[in-house]
Parts: sequence; C-alpha cells; structure tokens
Amino acid sequence: MPSPVVAEVARRLARRARWQPLEYLFWLAALASVFLLRDRHLILTEIAWLGLFALSLDLILGYAGVISLGHAAFFGFGSYAAALLAKYGIVNEPVLALVVSGLAAAVLGFATSFLVLRGSDLTRLMVTLGVALIMREVANQIPDVTGGADGLQGVVIAPVLGLFPFDIFGHVSYVYCLAVLFVLFLLARRIVYSPFGLSLRAVKGNPLRAASVGISVNARLVAVYTLAAFYAGVAGGLLAQTTAFVSLDVLSFERSADLLLVLIIGGTGYLYGGPIGAVVFKLMQDWIANLTPQYWQFWIGLVLVLIVLVGRDRISLITGGLRLVVERIARRWNAGAVPPPYPPPLAGEGREGVRGEGR
Amino acid sequence: MLTILFDGIAYGMLLFVLACGLSVTLGLMNFVNLAHGAFAMAGGYITLVLVNRAGLPFFAGLPVAFVVTALIGALFERTLYVHVYAKSHLDQVLFTIGLVFMSVAAVDYVMGSQQVFIQVPSALQGRFELFGVGIGRYRLLIIVTCGLLTVGLQLILSGTRFGSRLRASVDDARVARGLGINVNGVFALTFAFGSGLAGLGGALGAEILGLDPTFPLKYLVYFLIVVTVGGTSSITGPFLASLLIGIADVAGKYYVPKFGAFVIYTIMIVVLLLRPQGLFARAAGR
Amino acid sequence: MPAVLETQDLEKHFGGIAAVNGVSLRLEKGARHALIGPNGAGKTTVINLLTGVLRPSSGRILLEGRDITALEAYQRVRRGLARTFQINQLFLDLTPLETVGLAIAERMGAGGQWWRLVGTNPAVIEEIVEILDRFHLADVMHERTGHLPYGKQRLLEIALAIACRPHVLLLDEPAAGVPDDERHEILATVAALPADVTVLLIEHDMDIVFSFADRISVLVNGALFLDGAPDEVARDPRVKAVYLGESLDA
Repeated sequence: MPSPVVAEVARRLARRARWQPLEYLFWLAALASVFLLRDRHLILTEIAWLGLFALSLDLILGYAGVISLGHAAFFGFGSYAAALLAKYGIVNEPVLALVVSGLAAAVLGFATSFLVLRGSDLTRLMVTLGVALIMREVANQIPDVTGGADGLQGVVIAPVLGLFPFDIFGHVSYVYCLAVLFVLFLLARRIVYSPFGLSLRAVKGNPLRAASVGISVNARLVAVYTLAAFYAGVAGGLLAQTTAFVSLDVLSFERSADLLLVLIIGGTGYLYGGPIGAVVFKLMQDWIANLTPQYWQFWIGLVLVLIVLVGRDRISLITGGLRLVVERIARRWNAGAVPPPYPPPLAGEGREGVRGEGR
Repeated sequence: MLTILFDGIAYGMLLFVLACGLSVTLGLMNFVNLAHGAFAMAGGYITLVLVNRAGLPFFAGLPVAFVVTALIGALFERTLYVHVYAKSHLDQVLFTIGLVFMSVAAVDYVMGSQQVFIQVPSALQGRFELFGVGIGRYRLLIIVTCGLLTVGLQLILSGTRFGSRLRASVDDARVARGLGINVNGVFALTFAFGSGLAGLGGALGAEILGLDPTFPLKYLVYFLIVVTVGGTSSITGPFLASLLIGIADVAGKYYVPKFGAFVIYTIMIVVLLLRPQGLFARAAGR
Repeated sequence: MPAVLETQDLEKHFGGIAAVNGVSLRLEKGARHALIGPNGAGKTTVINLLTGVLRPSSGRILLEGRDITALEAYQRVRRGLARTFQINQLFLDLTPLETVGLAIAERMGAGGQWWRLVGTNPAVIEEIVEILDRFHLADVMHERTGHLPYGKQRLLEIALAIACRPHVLLLDEPAAGVPDDERHEILATVAALPADVTVLLIEHDMDIVFSFADRISVLVNGALFLDGAPDEVARDPRVKAVYLGESLDA
C-alpha cells in the first residue's frame, strides 16, 4: 500500500498529463469547424496536414532539440509513396496507403537518423539539408517514376474506407485529415508524457548528463527521429491524397524553411505549436497572397526576421500568458481544483551550452 | 579531360571567393549566415546595371561590385546582424533565411525573374588551345583573379596586424578580447570584406553560374558544403575544399550526368560523418 | 581483495600533450579513496576517462573485473559506475522529482517506456521520495531545478548519482562553489554514503580529504606521484613541495 506522500506525488504527476480546458476548447473548435465552416474546408484541409507536419518537427526540435533544415525529405517521400500507391493500384484504400506511406518515410528516417546523432547544430543543419536535397535530386532524376518537374499525373484516390469518396469541396478531405491529425496527436501526447518523453527532454536539456544517468542518448534520438519521419510521411501522404497530385516542391528547401516558420509561430515543446502555427501561417499566407500573390515570400521573410528580432521566448511568453489568462477564467468557472498549467519549456533553444560554450 | 580539370578549377576558385567570407564569419563569430548568397547576388546585379545600362567597362564594374557590396554588408552588419549574434543557431538560421527570402523577392520585384547576362568584353569570350587543352578565356580570367585574391588574402592574414588579430579572434574570441583586441570591430570589418568578396564573386560568376533572383538559394548548398568540408579555422581549408567541390561537380556532371549532383552531396555527408569539423580543419578546440 | 575499480596504464594524449600518463589506480570495495593534485594535474580527465566521456589513447579500465574500456558512458552507468560533475550538470527545466525519477526508471529498465504516463509506476515514485527525503530535497521536489539555490542543486547532483545505485561513485569536488552555510550539508551527505559503495573523491580542501579518505592518490602532470594511506601522504615532504611549487610558479 503506497504511503500517502507517494500517493500524493503520483496524483500530482498524473494531473500534469490530464487534459487542460484549453485543449478541449481547441478540439471542440476543430470539430465545430467541420459543420460551421463548410465553405472553408479546402483551406482547413491544408491547415490540418500542415499542422501534422509541424507536429512531427516539434517532436524532434521541441522535444529532442534536433534542428533540421530538411524535414521535407520525409514529407515528400511519404507524399510520393501515397501517390504512387494509388496510381499503380498497389494499395487502393487511402487509410491503408497512408499507413504504408508513413512506414516508408519512417524507414527513410531510421536510415538517416544516424546522421544527426553526432555533431553540432550546424552539422545537423547541413546533413538534414543534404538529405533533403539528395531526395529532391533523386525525384528529379527519375521522371518516369515521379513525373519529374511536371509532377505526378494521373493519380486517382479511392474512397476513404471504401465508403467516402473525395469531393471537390473538400468535405471528406477535411474530416479525413482532421481525424488522422487527432489520432496521431493522441499518440504523440501519450508519448511525450511518458518516461520516454521525459527522457527526450533530458536529452535536449543536457545530453552529457542524460548519458551519465544511463540514458542511451543515441537510441532515444533514433527512436524519436524515426517517429517524426513517420508523422511527416503521413502528412505528406495526406497532401497527395487530398489533392491527387505530387510535384518536386514537396521536397524543396522552401518547404522545410516554411515548416520551421510554422512551428516557430506556434511555439515548440508543447505539441499544439504545430497545429496552431499552421492556422496562423495559412491565414497569413491566404491574406498576403490576396494582396501580393507574386511576392508573398518577401513578407514571409519579413515575419521570420521580425520574430527573431522580437525574440521567440518573448512571443511564447505572450502565448503562454494568454494561456494563463484563459486558464484562470476556466478555473473560476469550475470551482474544483484545476492544477496550474504544465509550463512549456522555452521555445526550442539550441543545444550549445552543454560543454560551456555559453552562446 | 584536362579541359574538365581546368573548368573544375575555375569553378572551384570561384566558389572559394564566394564562400570564404561565409567560412570566416562562421569560424570567427560562430554565426550561421545563410544569407551570404544574397550578397553575391547583389554584386552580380550591381555590375549588371553598371555595365549593361550605364556603360561602365567590365573591368571597372568588378571592383565597384566589391566596394558597394562591402558597404551593404557593413550596413547590414551594424543594423541587423548585430542583434542576432548572441542568439541560438536556430534563431540565426531563421533570421538569415528570412533575409534570403526578402532579398530574393525584392530582386525579383525590381529586376524581374528571368536570368540575366552581364555584357562581357569580347576579349574574354571564346577559348583557345594550349598544349591540347581547351582554355576558356573567361575561365582563365576567373582563375587568375581568384588566384590573386587568394594569395592576397593569405598575405593579409599572415603578414598584417589585422590578419593576426583576425586569426587570434578566430582561434579564441574570449582570449583575444582579453588581450585587448576589438573582436567586434574585427568582425564588422571581416564581415564587410567577406560580403564584398561574395559580391565580386557574384559579378565574376554571373557568366558561368547564371544570375537570377533565386541565386542565393540555388547556391546556398555549395557554400555550405565548402564551409563544412573545408572547416572554418583557416583559409587553406575552404580553398582546397572549393577546388575539390568544383572539380568533383564539373567532372561528375560531365561523366555521370544523371548522378552528377549527387557526387557533391554525398561527399558532404561522408565528410560530415567522418570528420564533423571538416576535412581540412585542425582538431578543433571548440 | 579483488579490485572493484582498476585502471591499467591509462593514458590520454591531446595533440602532443599527455594529460594522463600511465595512471594505474586500484580501488577496493568500500574504499574511500581521494584523488588530489594541483590544478591542471588531470584529475577531471581521469574521471572523464573512467566514465567514458573521453576515450583513452591507451590503457584499460576494469570495473568489478570486467573490461569496460570500450563501453559507452551510459553503458558504464548501467554497470554500476556513477559520477557527479565539478560544475553542476543538471536538467534545468526539469524538477528534482523528474530528474531523480529519470535515473531510477532508467536503472529499472523502465526509462524507455512510451505507452505509460509518468507517475504511474509506484515503485519508482517510492524510491524517488526516499532519496529526495534523504538529501533534504523533498520540500523543493516540484520546483524547476534552474530556480533552486546552488547548494540544493549540488545536493541534487549527488542525489542523482546515488539514484543510479552505483557500485562505484566518482565525486568531482562535491563542495565546489557551494556557499559556506550550505557546505556542511554536502559534507554530511558524502560522509553518510553507504559503506558498500566504493567512492573516489576529487577534492582540493585538505580537511575534507583527510577526514574522509582511507587512501590518497596524488596526481601531478598527469602521472601518479604517490599513492598511499593518509598519514603517509601527509608526512611526505614532496607532496607539499609539489603543491607549493605549483603556486610559486603561477
């Protein structure tokens, strides 16, 4: 029979993982948008898979501290896999094809994970960029398979689960993407609140110390990198399936760079940064594209510059502050004890400073 | 085959002039400047405007490109970059990517998105034969110019007081400050100089590499490869790395056109795996 | 008696410099062994070699008779070798509860479990609470480590090593940097370590060394200068000369 102290500690730890009111709000809003925002389902579909893509980057950047400039490699690989599976009738049912695409991307992730184990942040940037560029070049060099620069044509996606054919308004697409996002989110949430997830945060914070308490840093990094590749591959598969088209830009540097921006806007290290960032990014993109369709890259660049100058930690303080305000309101509603919100780690700091570099 | 070697050397030396500024910046301030290519692009377009439109002779356009780009570099360094030095590498990456996006879009807006060509004097066009090797006149100019620049750089580094201050600061900035060296000033000057060199490289290279608004992104990888393979603690490292990359790329694309591009990417990854601090760097103290 | 930790001609070269030069140490079970020497003698390098943070240029390291020279750092921890760092190496964003919990869960083989939530393993929590109580950290167990005063962090550093249930514990200047009013707690903790744990202590403070150690090794310029019982070392005039000589040159 555990002592009262132990029981209390266990209770407190368990409370951390409990769903917060804001989380319910987020998913209820998402569910509501299925019915209330029917004319926006096309852009909502994009937000959904982009959110999943950003979530996958959060797993390695926000939780394990691995900087990647080439995460699009897994996204694009999953995308092409899903499109090819459909085009050649290898796997017709979309959900199954999605799983296969994700697994294919996971294999690629596993195979390249050893590249990000050693080296500084710059090395990781270079290596991940290199892998993505190689993938893009591969896709470019086998146009018979990938369609090359023109993209893969003639892809026809079967109905989801054999029951729900894709429509031009994006209704089925959105529900499909949202459902996939939700399921994978639940899994990710479970993982980050597990001992494994805690060890990731330790590895990110102080890899030297982590190794010195018996944690196999490399094994953890390989595992989370592979998982993130799976998620990215699924996101890419969703893009291919909902648009029935894939082209080389799914593997481009711009795709990886935009993804960083999405995640940075939303904030790293608390899982919702990806989906929230996707919402803000897409709305911003939509708005700017209406103003200046050709030069929207300029404004994206400006946003990046400003975010860095203002300071990412100041921005996450703002979002954290907003969260605290809403929590306080929610707490006044239920008189019962709601524990203080789990404090998110400051948005993805680099991993230097362990060996006293101090910069 | 020797022609390919010659072309590869020309390409490599051009890469060196373009990338050495980036290498020193990284080695000196541990600062990842992904926007380095934008300065090269600026130099190219400035020369284009001066030579094609204002009628300035080509050989005058080159030094002007250097000076103007150096000034732009100095300006950006003092007003923008200085705020980002202390931030994490991720922040620096995001910041400089933002700058690249802005510069690419801005140039697209001002100059249009098509590829442009600087009017090269006819004396530099075409090739001639020397001992059975085809020597492109323009490429010969590149080799000579870049060679002189490299020698000059090495002389500055090893022969002048500024050079020794720079080397000290690269070696250990904290100790250098403790010795009274104005590391920030050294850096500002070096940054400007490196940007100027990039601008000169962009002007020189427009003929071979092609000049359009996407230049900084297209060639970013090459600069980064030079820096990673060559290391950041010397000039000779990036120099040798540039030659290696240049020859490998030209040869790769000639002999194995389908896989030419992979040659350098693979070299980069292999080098990074075996020696994360670069092929030619000393065993890093950092 | 068989040695529980042993090095055989351990060497580490950086470029042309031998930071550690032919060091052969031998610790018996339950030993309280101190490693002393002037600054720069290579004491922390020895610890880094023992724990796997650095690879030796040559020589062997044996833990409980088994060769661990080729093992990674985390593997040595699992074999029963733990350390503290001279400058705290902690997880500043995690709480002491989570920090110690990590070590315990890892030791139990439960550290990599991704399907259960943190806090659902009562065996782990019981041990965490017991250790935090022992090290007087129970009152701050839910606070962010980065916010704790340095003395508490230092206690956590030691608690963390203990949580690994080591057979051999390497303490690198445990009282370093700790303000005077918090030092006694550290020292009492070190003195109260279990008798079956073998301890190798690096220390500069001679009072601590002589009150704690039953055997002292003196390291100078990377080589073992002297190795013997405390009174032997205290009597040897060369030891004083080595220490004083260093400070005269400095």
